[in-house]
Amino acid sequence: MGATSTTFSRSALHLDAAREVERIAEAIRATVFGTMKRKGAVLGVSGGIDSSVCAALCARALGPERVTGLLMPEADSAPETTDFGALAARSLGIRTVFEDITPILEAAGCYMRRDAAIREVVPDYTPACKSKIVLPNMLDGDSYRLFSVVVQYPDGTHARARLTSDAYLGILAATNFKQRVRKMMEYHYADRLQAAVVGTPNRLEYDQGFFVKLGDGAADLKPIAHLYKTQIYQLAEYLGVPDAIRQRPPTTDTYSLSQSQEEFYFSVPFDTLDLCLFGLNHAVAASEVAPTVALTTEQVERIYRDIAAKRKVAEYLHSPPMLVEEMRTRGNVEHAGA
Amino acid sequence: MVLVPEIREFIVANFLFGPADHTLEDDDSFLASGIIDSTGVLELIGFLEKQYGITVENAELLPDNLDSVNKVASFVRRKLGN
Repeated sequence: MGATSTTFSRSALHLDAAREVERIAEAIRATVFGTMKRKGAVLGVSGGIDSSVCAALCARALGPERVTGLLMPEADSAPETTDFGALAARSLGIRTVFEDITPILEAAGCYMRRDAAIREVVPDYTPACKSKIVLPNMLDGDSYRLFSVVVQYPDGTHARARLTSDAYLGILAATNFKQRVRKMMEYHYADRLQAAVVGTPNRLEYDQGFFVKLGDGAADLKPIAHLYKTQIYQLAEYLGVPDAIRQRPPTTDTYSLSQSQEEFYFSVPFDTLDLCLFGLNHAVAASEVAPTVALTTEQVERIYRDIAAKRKVAEYLHSPPMLVEEMRTRGNVEHAGA
Repeated sequence: MVLVPEIREFIVANFLFGPADHTLEDDDSFLASGIIDSTGVLELIGFLEKQYGITVENAELLPDNLDSVNKVASFVRRKLGN
């Protein structure tokens, strides 16, 4: 698919799964055993499609006996999360470790800080309520898409309130503990096992900054960060990821009320966004992408603008620590040239 | 009307980090110039609601109302006039 193509279609995202799996497996082997000299891989297995595919790729590349999957639920995790994670691990024959991270999160004040932030906009919110934060659909018009919190009271009734910047940042900063604690646990096992930590972002997440800096954004290797979500489903099928996992809708598993990734961040279905991202990356005109995704040209242009805006915000998330000057970190500096 | 300088001062202090050498025209688009992201829009709304005692409704969350110093000033003027 090139810049001048006039035949844009869903097939743009089709890949040769067998070949791609071999290419990634080779890269994992070269990185883990060669460059990093680590004895295996550690990753969090959430029971979602991305971590299941990464676990399968690692098992294929390194051997299942060298892969450790961490099941790390917390108080707000959906009960089935651990079951799906265990199912993925079992199907591969990799070792799993169960770590309930709720006590660490409680000690860090994760839930207490989040609840206090929610109460800024929903004063009668109590810890007995469930909650999630949502975005309006970006296709609905040119209006700014600002986060709201949805609260479900113990009697089943709901309230919805637009977030102030303080409340939004408070909720975000508190819930980010979850991803950071999980990463801390992954590196704990990586240290114990002399293993590399595998990050599981897909291309949309990596490109658009849908990760927590030094949380799920941290890893030693990210073997599917170059793949569109649609392509990851193709690999999942080829790798034999259990049907039950392939048929689950993507969730963030971060909030106590069930929340799809679309509600939280992307606002349009991932397969639509995949095609728009591909179109933007390959300079395909919005008018060409529009019929394929059953949207108007104006709506695709809006998605293009949203992708570009998120990329700007993601720059900070991707940036390594700033150093005042370049420093040599390889070889023996003191004796160089002596 | 001091709206334009007040709003300008808020934008410069909060998003351009002081006067420095930034040149912000009153018609510059906040989003197109990358001055304000979606979290910034929340901050801007919080400032307007507090400073001018207005309530920005969901239906009013439009670039036409909020995407430049002049647009924000006109929007606030309309709200205060209502």
